[in-house]
Amino acid sequence: MNVSKDLVAASTTPLLLAILAEGDSYGYAIIKRVAELSGGHLEWTDGMLYPVLHRLERQGYVAAKWHASESGRKRKYYRITKEGRAELAAQRQQWKAVDGTLRGIWMQACTV
Amino acid sequence: MHGMTTFADQPLENQIAEWRTYLRRRKALHGSDVEELEGHLRDQLAALVDAGLSGDEAFLIAVKRMGSLDVLSREFARAHSERLWKQLVMAPELEATQSGRDEVVIVLILAVAAAVAVKAPTLFGHPINTNDNFPLFYGRNASLFAFPPLAIYFMWKRGSSVVKGVWVALAFASGAVLANVFPFAEMSDTEVLTMMHLPIALWLAVGVAYVQGRWFDDNGRMNFVRFSGELAIYYLLIALGGFVVILFTFMMFRAIGTNPDWFVLGWLLPCGAAGAVLIGSWLVEAKQSVIENMAPVLTKLFTPLFTLLLLAFLVTMAWTGSPINVKREVLIGFDLLLAVVVGLVLYAASARDAQAPPGFFDGLQLLLVVSALVVDGVALWAIAARTSEFGFSANRVAALGENIVLLVNLTWSAWLYARFLRHRSSFVALERWQMAYLPVFSVWAALVVAVFPPLFGYR
Repeated sequence: MNVSKDLVAASTTPLLLAILAEGDSYGYAIIKRVAELSGGHLEWTDGMLYPVLHRLERQGYVAAKWHASESGRKRKYYRITKEGRAELAAQRQQWKAVDGTLRGIWMQACTV
Repeated sequence: MHGMTTFADQPLENQIAEWRTYLRRRKALHGSDVEELEGHLRDQLAALVDAGLSGDEAFLIAVKRMGSLDVLSREFARAHSERLWKQLVMAPELEATQSGRDEVVIVLILAVAAAVAVKAPTLFGHPINTNDNFPLFYGRNASLFAFPPLAIYFMWKRGSSVVKGVWVALAFASGAVLANVFPFAEMSDTEVLTMMHLPIALWLAVGVAYVQGRWFDDNGRMNFVRFSGELAIYYLLIALGGFVVILFTFMMFRAIGTNPDWFVLGWLLPCGAAGAVLIGSWLVEAKQSVIENMAPVLTKLFTPLFTLLLLAFLVTMAWTGSPINVKREVLIGFDLLLAVVVGLVLYAASARDAQAPPGFFDGLQLLLVVSALVVDGVALWAIAARTSEFGFSANRVAALGENIVLLVNLTWSAWLYARFLRHRSSFVALERWQMAYLPVFSVWAALVVAVFPPLFGYR
C-alpha cells in the first residue's frame, strides 16, 4: 500500500516536527526514521525533504546549525524550536480531529 | 563502516563531483544547499555500499532516490522565493565565477574611461562652462564618449577578432571627424541635426560589436534590439536616481552656503551620464535570462493606448473637419509619432513567438500601424499643400526624409501584418523585414551627419 501524494504532503510537517521533537537530527537520519516509522508506506523522494526543512526553518519552527559529523564532514543539524513545538501540538489536535471523525464513521460501518 | 563519507573508489568520487557541478548550475540552489544534498548523497551511498552494492549501482540508486533535479530546484525556489528576486540585481553564479568578477572590473574601468573621456576635451580648450549656454561641442560628441567603451566591452566579452575591431574603430573615427571638421555657423541648424543623428548612426557600430559576427543572423540583430530597449529602460531608471542625487547635492550644499553648480554641472552630470551607459549595459547583460524583459511588457501596455489615441484623433478630425494646423515644425512631431509606432511594432515582434498563429494582439498591431499611416498621410498632405510657403531648409528636408524612412517601414509592415492575419504568410516574414530595415535608420542618420552640413552651407 502506498499513501497518496496529497496525504504524504499533508503529513510532512507534523511528521518532521515530531521526529525532531525526539531529538536533533540531520536529513539522511530523518529519512531513515520516516521509513522505519511508516514501515515503508510513506514514500518520500529524498531530495524533497530539504526544501521542506528550509521552509520550516524560515517559519521559525526549526533551527539549523552546521556541525562536524563523526567522519569529519560538516553536516547540517536541525533542532525543533519553541514555536515548532507549539505548531506540532496544534497540528496534532487537527489530526486527532480528522482521525476521530473517520474512526467514528468506520466504527459505525462495522457495527451496522 | 557506517559514517564513512569519502570513498576510496575514485570513479565514484568523480561521479559525485560531476553531480555536484550539475547541481551548482541551478540558480535556486545555493552553495550550502548543494553541500547539504551532497552530504545526504554520500550517507546514502555509504549505506548502499555497506549493503554490498558496487559503486556504480549505489550511485544510480542514490541519485534516483534524490528525485528529479528540476522538481527539486523548483521546490527550493519556492521555499526561498527571495533568491529569484536577488537575481534581478545579479545572478549569484555571475558573482562567484572568475569571469564574472573580471567582467565587473572591466565594466568599472570602461565606465571610468567614459567619464574621463568626457573631461578630456577640457584640456584642449573645450571647458564645460556652467554659466554658458549648452556647450554644442559636447552635444555633437556625446555619443563618442560612451559608445566606444561600450563597443570595447562587447568585443572583450564576445572575443572579437582584430579585423572586426578595426572596422568598428574606423566607424567611430569617421564619426569623430564628421562631428568636428565642419565649420558650423553660429546657431546653425545643421549642427543640431548632427547632434541628433550621430548617436543613431554610431549605434549601428555598437550593434556590430554586440552581435559579434552574427549580424546576418536575424536572431543576433533581434537580440540587439532587445538589448537596446532594456538599456533605454535601465538608463532611464539610473537617470532618475541620478536626478535625486543631484537634488540632494544642491539642497545640502546650499544649506551650508556653498554653491555646488560647478561640480554638479561640470562633473557629476556629464561624467555620470557617460558612465551610466556602461553600467546600464552591464546590468542588462547580467540579468538577461532571469526575468521577462521590460520592453515587451511596456509594448503590450502601450499598443492599445496609442491605437486608441490615433483613432480618437482621426475621428475628431473627421467630425470637426478642422485641418491640421501646419506650424513650423509640425512634421517633427509626426516623425516622432511614427518612430514610436515603429518601436511598438519592433518590440512586439521581439517578444512574440514567431510560430504562434495570429491572435487578437496582432490585429490590434495592424490597426495601430494603419491608423498611424492614415494620420501621417493627412499630415503630409497638409504640409505638401503649403510647401511653397516654407521652402527647403535643412531641418525640413531631414524631417521629410525621416518621415519617408519610417513610412516605408510601416507601409510594408502593415502589408505583411495583413498577409499574416489572413494566413498568407508567417510572422517570420515581418520579423525579417524589421531586422533587414534596421541599418536603414543608421544609414539615413549617417547621411544627415555627413552630407547635410556642406549641402546646406553649414547653416
